[in-house]
Amino acid sequence: MEAVAFWVLALAAVGSGVAVFVVGSMARATFALLASFLCVGAELLLIGLHYLGVLVILMMIMEMLVMVVFMVAYMMNPAGLMPMTMLHNERGAFAISGTAFAALAVGIFAVPWPARAGNPPRDPTFALGESIMGSKMLVMMVIGIAILATMIATVVLAAHRGRYDRDGAS
Amino acid sequence: MTLETFLLLAAALFCVGLFGALSQQSIVMLMMGLELMINGIVVAGAGFWYWVSPGSADGQVLVLVAITVMALEMAMGFAVVTALFRARDVDLTDDAGDLKG
Repeated sequence: MEAVAFWVLALAAVGSGVAVFVVGSMARATFALLASFLCVGAELLLIGLHYLGVLVILMMIMEMLVMVVFMVAYMMNPAGLMPMTMLHNERGAFAISGTAFAALAVGIFAVPWPARAGNPPRDPTFALGESIMGSKMLVMMVIGIAILATMIATVVLAAHRGRYDRDGAS
Repeated sequence: MTLETFLLLAAALFCVGLFGALSQQSIVMLMMGLELMINGIVVAGAGFWYWVSPGSADGQVLVLVAITVMALEMAMGFAVVTALFRARDVDLTDDAGDLKG
């Protein structure tokens, strides 16, 4: 049962990932990407990562809705009324990504992976919370600073030039 | 469900994203490719946690970092697109080749 769910979700995740770059409209591409993320979130739920799975699902729904707004704001063809392709160096990109996938697949099946150490805790969410508030707190602090820096940097980048730096604005 | 199949899914997502990041002309579509690549990393991290070291929470912390990176990448990407669009009316990678060697 779990194996069937895994394969169905895996095929759906990769399939909608491919659809992102195949469909003719940006809005459809965004929702295809959202479908791929939802499948990955469900895969995390399958192996017992309930918090992280739900986090991926909720966060990606919001993120993709924001992305749709940007699509409509920037794209010449948000609704796909005029089908178009916007690719450059398609053959090179296909060769590089195909080679990368082949190399990764060979590595995945050739490497002797270490044996499983320990068993999943009864509540992985509790274990995660305990570790980011304990021994892995530095990670959480760095993430916090990075989010703050990103908020400042995005506002600085996206805001109109103010009256104090109009010489810098070209 | 084994570690190998989980990693294969991760590799497939990563390489589809790599194709998009290399081939798309629109900057927003390029960012979608990057997001798909990080999506693959999330799957790989979760797979390693479950099949290699479920006893410690390190793998989960790594997945948490990857999810944060995904959100920050998109926020910064949109800010850069906005700045670029304001300054030059550009939303294609080919028009923003200033650093091309």
